[in-house]
Amino acid sequence: MNLVVNGKNTDISDSMTVTELLAKEDVKMPQMVSVELNGQILKRSEFETTRLKDDDKVEFLYYMGGGTCL
Amino acid sequence: MSLTDEQIERYSRHIILQQVGGAGQEKLLASKVLIIGAGGLGAPAGLYLAAAGVGTIGIVDGDNVDLSNLQRQIIHHTADVGAEKIRSAEAKILAINPETRVRTYKQWAKADNIREIIRDYDFVIDGTDNFAAKFLVNDACYFEKVPFSHAGILRFDGQLITVLPGETTCYRCIFGGPPPADAVPSCSQAGVLGVLAGVIGSLQATEAIKYLLGLGDLLTGALLTYDALSMDFRKVSLNRNPQCPLCGDDPKITELKDEQQILCDPKNCEC
Ligand SMILES: [Zn+2]
Repeated sequence: MNLVVNGKNTDISDSMTVTELLAKEDVKMPQMVSVELNGQILKRSEFETTRLKDDDKVEFLYYMGGGTCL
Repeated sequence: MSLTDEQIERYSRHIILQQVGGAGQEKLLASKVLIIGAGGLGAPAGLYLAAAGVGTIGIVDGDNVDLSNLQRQIIHHTADVGAEKIRSAEAKILAINPETRVRTYKQWAKADNIREIIRDYDFVIDGTDNFAAKFLVNDACYFEKVPFSHAGILRFDGQLITVLPGETTCYRCIFGGPPPADAVPSCSQAGVLGVLAGVIGSLQATEAIKYLLGLGDLLTGALLTYDALSMDFRKVSLNRNPQCPLCGDDPKITELKDEQQILCDPKNCEC
């Protein structure tokens, strides 16, 4: 099935959870990411339980400080 | 207020823009913008806003200039190392445009001082460098109903969003609250390409001017992300979050509080 991850089409063979997608996309620090699924921000507690469907649009949004001291 | 001959010359490239004109320039001269943090983002924002003729510029910063700041904080020069950032920034702003009214606040933005400062301004630039301060600016602007530009930079990436408090998506709609302390890389790991601050801080100044003049479409309801390595700019649409702890349907945050400052390990910290 196809997901749109940060605007890019991404093929995945099996259905997976948001947590699994974060791992597959090699996100090193998932605690530093907020996830938007089809226009809605997910609660962090829902990463594990939310299963992605064909054509879902997923955005990873990263915490960014100011560049000196985080 | 009418423009003097000198002002007409100084601002001629604005005035000949149909969407600005003499009336727009007069509006800028009567406007007040607050810059919280005279660092990487605040530096270009302050310089461009002064050059643009924004009449009053406030600067909040409790820090002094350090040699390691100069790689990106272009409002501070080598001779300023050791000086108060507010004084150094004020001097450059006045050198560019002596008619700017500069107000300085030598303090760190905190829950007990920032609301009364913010409420005197038309627009706020968040140029802070830590999450506690970023959430504080977001919340204080919400309570005071002052629009602001949020931005962050890290390594080769930057992002920004404009917030009209209570009307458009806020920083907490996206992130809720600060990340867990153990997830945050220490300062020594968190480098940043200096010019990134120039790009993102200049975009913040653009948003301020657009807001003050009522021009175009503000960057609301969308986070603009910039990846310097791939040269990708992306606008990610973000709806308001009904579960936002600040501006959602059932807000948990009803008064201004300081978030816990995440301190880095002093052993590997250079700040
Ligand atoms: Zn919100």
